[in-house]
Amino acid sequence: MRVAVPVFPGSNCDHDALHACGTVMGWETIPVWHQETRLPENTELVFVPGGFSYGDYLRCGAIAALAPIMADVKRHADNGGLVLGVCNGFQILCEAQLLPGALLRNESLRFIHADIHLRVERADLPFTRAMRAGEVFQVPIAHAEGNFTLDPADLADLEARGGVAFRYCSPLGEIGASHVPNGAMNGIAGIVNLQGNVLGMMPHPERAVDVKLGPVGGLGVFRSLAEAFAKA
Amino acid sequence: MKVRVSVQLKPGILDPQGKAVEHGLHGFGFQVDHVRIGRLIEMDVPGTDPAEVKARALAMCEKLLVNPVMEKASIEVL
Repeated sequence: MRVAVPVFPGSNCDHDALHACGTVMGWETIPVWHQETRLPENTELVFVPGGFSYGDYLRCGAIAALAPIMADVKRHADNGGLVLGVCNGFQILCEAQLLPGALLRNESLRFIHADIHLRVERADLPFTRAMRAGEVFQVPIAHAEGNFTLDPADLADLEARGGVAFRYCSPLGEIGASHVPNGAMNGIAGIVNLQGNVLGMMPHPERAVDVKLGPVGGLGVFRSLAEAFAKA
Repeated sequence: MKVRVSVQLKPGILDPQGKAVEHGLHGFGFQVDHVRIGRLIEMDVPGTDPAEVKARALAMCEKLLVNPVMEKASIEVL
């Protein structure tokens, strides 16, 4: 399995992505500078990492979405290649219009870092297939702009087509406004495109995969990807 | 020509910054409602035809300056 991790000025979770995919999962994982115009040959997964690309100027992810490498990431996605965007990576995928919606300032106006719980809404994706629908897992969040927003008609469409992959929930899997840390509409933590090959999420599964560093709630995502690639 | 693009959050989009500022103003005793915070972008655009310059600014809004999911813009050619 070959993974490319685009690195933008201001990315700061690129090494988390490299550690999770490379050291923990043992995949060939290649950092790719944003000025590059081509992903490595035979890239199977593009992991767009978190951080503060371009200092979050204008809007989070807006400038990174225009970086030279992103044209090839779009081509990869259009050809059915897998793309996972985490945190700032999710914001970048929205700004690049690979995913619908936008991530606004947290309702509280504060940067929030916490361990939260997610409920798996779709267990049939390459990113979730090793998990069960309704399964609850714990991963950290660390963001100031994670308040997922979409206009009401598009939100209804997203829900109707099963575009929500993960929702914030209580440790027992209950859904409700009190379990949503950032004000995200319908408690949405992660979404997937229509084809199911591009997933964006605010929480950080790649920060919860190594027993030497703490809980490993994020492993489900990576085991799913491993399964998807074993099958391919 | 000097162009001024004013970017505002769409109505209905939560503006926590506006809310916080509104709260602050209330703290000083000002009676205000519906405070919304936007962004003002000024630039020099080559050209002498205001309509053409405005069209170019509109293209910039569509490409980069505005996220249509949450924002709307008004363009002024000065």
